[in-house]
Amino acid sequence: MKRIYVNEEWCLGCRLCEYECAYANSGISDMVKALKGKTIHPRIRVEDGDGVHFAVNCRHCTEAICVKSCIAGALSRDGNGTVVIDREKCVGCFTCVTVCPFGAIMPAADGKAAQKCALCTDNVKNGVPNCVTYCPNRAIVFEER
Amino acid sequence: MSDMLFMYPEYEVVRDSDRCIGCRVCERQCANEVHYHDEETGKMLADSTKCVNCHRCVCLCPTHALKIKKSEDTYKLNANWDGQTINEVYRQAGSGGVLLSSMGNPKPYPVYWDKLLVNASQVTNPSIDPLREPMETAVFLGKKTAKVERDENGKLKDTMSPQLKLSMPVMFSAMSYGSISYNAHESLARAAEELGIFYNTGEGGLHKDFYRYGKNTIVQVASGRFGVFKDYLEAAAAIEIKMGQGAKPGIGGHLPGAKITDAVSNTRMIPKGVDVISPAPHHDIYSIEDLRQLIYSLKEATAYKKPVIVKIAAVHNVAAIASGIARSGADVIAIDGYRGGTGAAPTRIRDNVGIPIELALAAVDQRLREEGIRDNVSVVVAGSVRSSADLLKAIALGADACYIGTAALLALGCHLCRSCHTGKCNWGIATQVPELVKRLNPEVGYKRLVNLMHAWNHELQEMMGGMGINSIEALRGNRLMLRGLGMTEKELEILGVRHAGE
Repeated sequence: MKRIYVNEEWCLGCRLCEYECAYANSGISDMVKALKGKTIHPRIRVEDGDGVHFAVNCRHCTEAICVKSCIAGALSRDGNGTVVIDREKCVGCFTCVTVCPFGAIMPAADGKAAQKCALCTDNVKNGVPNCVTYCPNRAIVFEER
Repeated sequence: MSDMLFMYPEYEVVRDSDRCIGCRVCERQCANEVHYHDEETGKMLADSTKCVNCHRCVCLCPTHALKIKKSEDTYKLNANWDGQTINEVYRQAGSGGVLLSSMGNPKPYPVYWDKLLVNASQVTNPSIDPLREPMETAVFLGKKTAKVERDENGKLKDTMSPQLKLSMPVMFSAMSYGSISYNAHESLARAAEELGIFYNTGEGGLHKDFYRYGKNTIVQVASGRFGVFKDYLEAAAAIEIKMGQGAKPGIGGHLPGAKITDAVSNTRMIPKGVDVISPAPHHDIYSIEDLRQLIYSLKEATAYKKPVIVKIAAVHNVAAIASGIARSGADVIAIDGYRGGTGAAPTRIRDNVGIPIELALAAVDQRLREEGIRDNVSVVVAGSVRSSADLLKAIALGADACYIGTAALLALGCHLCRSCHTGKCNWGIATQVPELVKRLNPEVGYKRLVNLMHAWNHELQEMMGGMGINSIEALRGNRLMLRGLGMTEKELEILGVRHAGE
């Protein structure tokens, strides 16, 4: 399946991906209206180290430990192999948050359910990941490997 | 006392606070530390005094909340003492130093390309549709004076001097590793390979990773001889002796120690962290005869298999100098006009020394023809070839090909802020700072260069087709295809073109 991959050699740590993610998932068509004065809760996060930057989001693991651990059956794999979360079924136990080895699942803004990257299949971007589109250095790519 | 006490910033960072979402991308991306976040008010602020107007923040701001404006602040208006002139005096009074600048001469001198117009076919001669009919843009650079000789069996002997084959009449100008980054070099090398053209190492040596692009590489031998050794010469497709550079004729170069990292030090074969000077002259060249010795030394070292290019700056006696070079054994003469770019040059020299490439080219081509030695050499011109139209006009004036430097850097993201000499290029081009260098992903860069050259080649073919010409050979030196507009008799005479309407 096509997944989002990050090449740390080219990641600048500019964090545009975080803002583009928050915007894509905001449901608001104007970026300023969507993000101004708000704390963002993106599904992709840039981790910084000594001169190294790396954007992290869901790897859509083949053996997804989050899916196995979900007590409510909210996490599943769709037909394409994308690991998705059903907000309605999520009970907010956050077991998935604690078991994800990448830290790629996090509580949603309201704190009542978990959220994760669904490769922009769950928003207006229609499966074209917004973080990939707006990465200024092609550090984030969406490809089959 | 700070110089800034006397000077208002030339450009102002203007932020639309209604649009700023406080993502702080501008702050993270500015190597000059212009933008900062004020914890107290939660607002983003900017210190315009540090801004070089490179537009990195403007381009990356996701909500287009930023723009850079020319400051409206003005000294009392004075046609003689303009603001910049006054500021330069203040800067020198503060620093006591030579003013440094980068990239090409920005002064409002005439641009002769813009005073030349191109012909097209109508009624009595057919134009050619390059999409339906052959249109040859490939050129060969080198000596064209082969003699017809036969061996004992009557077979033709190959007496042709070595040639460079270019798929289109453009090459990437000399830009050294040191003045530009590893990633910029990789972008140029990969693009040259894919396009079937050449890039030039400049005087910075050839990084070991780039030997694989050797067949598309021109290596330079300059006055400092940095990085020159047998493998370097053998790796290349051609060797260029750099006698001068359009941006700074008559002087050498100075690479500050701060730019000499481990890799640059290894590649140039110079000590790390110490300023390096390329001398103004080659200390072994004081005549055409001396130049000939170096040309033949290089040819001898490479078994006469590689063309040797001699690059000079366009100066007053350029035609006579070119005539000498054409007799010295060189295969190609490269001439760099006064608008040519640089990673660093003294401002006064960049802005006041040399002559326009258009006039130099016309004078050289004319002189070599008159002396019957035009076929001894190919002529390559540089120094602000900005578009396919400039390229076409250069060929019609007599060039075999052009070198492009600034246009190539623009394709890589350069915004012509002319601050290369600070070494803090926000676009990852003219810098050796690892955090900045990585901003230029060669995968992106090389494709943009390839795109640009494909676009120019299409345009070149369209214009040639319109003129009813189907090969660069037929366009070269075809000055009847040009007409001048708004020029004096003398200018037209030097360019060898008629006025529009004639």
